Amino acid sequence: MTVQHTIDYTLHLADNALVLGHRNSEWTGHGPILEQDIALSNIALDLIGQARYLYQYAARLMTMQGGPEVTEDVLAYLRDSWDYRNCLLVEQANGDWGKTVLRQFFFSAYQYFFYRELQHSRDAELSAIAEKALKEVTYHLRWSSEWVIRLGDGTEESHARMEKALDQLWMYTGELFQPAGFEQALAPGGIAVDLGEIKPLWELRVGEVLKEATLTTPGSMMQQGGKQGKHTEHLGYLLAEMQFLQRAYPGNEW
Amino acid sequence: MMTDASSTIFQDKIDQDIRIEPKDWMPDAYRKTLIRQISQHAHSEIVGMLPEANWITRAPSLRRKATLIAKVQDEAGHGLYLYSAAETLGISREEMIDQLHSGKAKYSSIFNYPTLTWADMGAIGWLVDGAAIMNQVPLCRASYGPYARAMVRICKEESFHQRQGFEILLTLSRGSEAQRRMCQDAIDRWWWPSVMMFGPNDDASPHTAQSMQWKIKRFTNDELRQRFVDICAEQVKLLGMTIPDDQLRWNEERQHYDFGPIDWEEFRNVINGNGPCNKERLAARVQAHEDGAWVREAALAHAEKKIQYGKTA
Amino acid sequence: MEKQHNWPLWEIFIRSRQGLDHKHVGSLHAADSAMAIENARDVYTRRMEGISIWVVESKYVHASNPDEASSFYDPANDKVYRHPTFYDLPDELKHM
Repeated sequence: MTVQHTIDYTLHLADNALVLGHRNSEWTGHGPILEQDIALSNIALDLIGQARYLYQYAARLMTMQGGPEVTEDVLAYLRDSWDYRNCLLVEQANGDWGKTVLRQFFFSAYQYFFYRELQHSRDAELSAIAEKALKEVTYHLRWSSEWVIRLGDGTEESHARMEKALDQLWMYTGELFQPAGFEQALAPGGIAVDLGEIKPLWELRVGEVLKEATLTTPGSMMQQGGKQGKHTEHLGYLLAEMQFLQRAYPGNEW
Repeated sequence: MMTDASSTIFQDKIDQDIRIEPKDWMPDAYRKTLIRQISQHAHSEIVGMLPEANWITRAPSLRRKATLIAKVQDEAGHGLYLYSAAETLGISREEMIDQLHSGKAKYSSIFNYPTLTWADMGAIGWLVDGAAIMNQVPLCRASYGPYARAMVRICKEESFHQRQGFEILLTLSRGSEAQRRMCQDAIDRWWWPSVMMFGPNDDASPHTAQSMQWKIKRFTNDELRQRFVDICAEQVKLLGMTIPDDQLRWNEERQHYDFGPIDWEEFRNVINGNGPCNKERLAARVQAHEDGAWVREAALAHAEKKIQYGKTA
Repeated sequence: MEKQHNWPLWEIFIRSRQGLDHKHVGSLHAADSAMAIENARDVYTRRMEGISIWVVESKYVHASNPDEASSFYDPANDKVYRHPTFYDLPDELKHM
């Protein structure tokens, strides 16, 4: 176990939060009704807030390693897609409102059980970030669960749309519980969350909600690679857009 | 026309600065004027989300990204407060949104201009929100209670927007050559449309006199415009930038800045739907609403089902 | 009955801190009461304005009629004896 593993781990968590926050913020101004536009923007803000704490921590660790000075923005804006360690789930395109809330639900359920454990991490910084984030995520999970139920058990059309979303997203849920090298290295030290432990909790919660939503899970093959920097095509476009100014005008303050 | 006794009581209340509340008697024209003004204002907030939301995904730092989301989100909130205020006058939000989408209702023309660079986020905050605040602060004392209360809430939140905008420009003005160019370019493009935000000159403003008598409006368009120019002419010095008006100069006698003539031809064109982005903005709103129809319907259907489940359980 | 397509309107009441009454802050639309509470949380407490929320569907709010204001409220005008300052007592009297 090395500091580099903690850095990779922290970046992985930060990338997850930033990429999903970014995706959600694409909805700002385009939501199905004002009240929900505001709700999803709140979730975007929470996630970007989490990403910032995590990047700032990673940046401190990197600077302490004796490398060149790094900031949260260097980490977010100047790494290419093969350096990004987020799970494939969060980078998937928004699709319709149904796909967006289902993606949020899968991820919030994961983050909920994940942060609950990370609160007890032996890394004091990660534990503090987890404690704060858990409050936010508890609400995200409630909000997204209700939406999945509402749309799954709403009209014929909404049910069909949710079935389709499930078909598009389910294959990206397996990766959430596939430990990457840096997670395995950190596990014995009590810093990282044991994904094997939270997996059954996630499955139970997701199963309950999908059942109430009258939805059934497809048996698709699971995709993975995000944690190793092997992404779907979506991330490249996302980063091209997000990083444009920093790339076009290098070294400027904004 | 108005019934005498009621209308006298009504105008007495207005004159004594007693607020009119939803169930109070009010002249039809007062109700109509309020619905027009409040819904127009609400539409402006909602359409106004679009040019800025444009840059959320391209914001150049995480801090800027978060603050821009928060700002655009506030605008959604402001639209919502205003639709709520208008709903107390007996019109539904759906009807108002239909009027927007059909082109029957207007919104502020300023949002029909494009946001071309990051500096536009600064210029909109400084100039457009600055002009909006100038217009809105007096509305906190508007005679209609729900409107005034919504405006109090909005003005409290709005002040961070203008500061955020100015800070963006200030950073650019202290940055690289390209950033300074970006900054000046944005000021050049947003200045005149912002000056036009106060509406036609007083002698060409058909509603002003009546609205002042009803205390829906407290200052004339030209009074507010002058105040805006005076403030901006000083603030721009802090940026080391210029305002694109070669006739702008301090008039010792008037104790105000003189400024050049406004291109009302352009103003009318944009209002009448021929601005650079009128069609796109409206199309984006219509699409969001239509794409959301199945979502809103499903939520209602599910709420119905829950009541049914409750009965059978 | 015509099918209703719009989410109903809800009146929102917020307690800004422990010890204070819930106060009317405005309204919003929601499909059901749970959603109304969540929407109120997202719309009306973004700046830490509240710690407790009540929602009431607007159609269930019944209001007094302003035309009857004089018969409702004016009779209280001459009941000043209901207010503590009505009683003339010497300044030396403490703790009352």
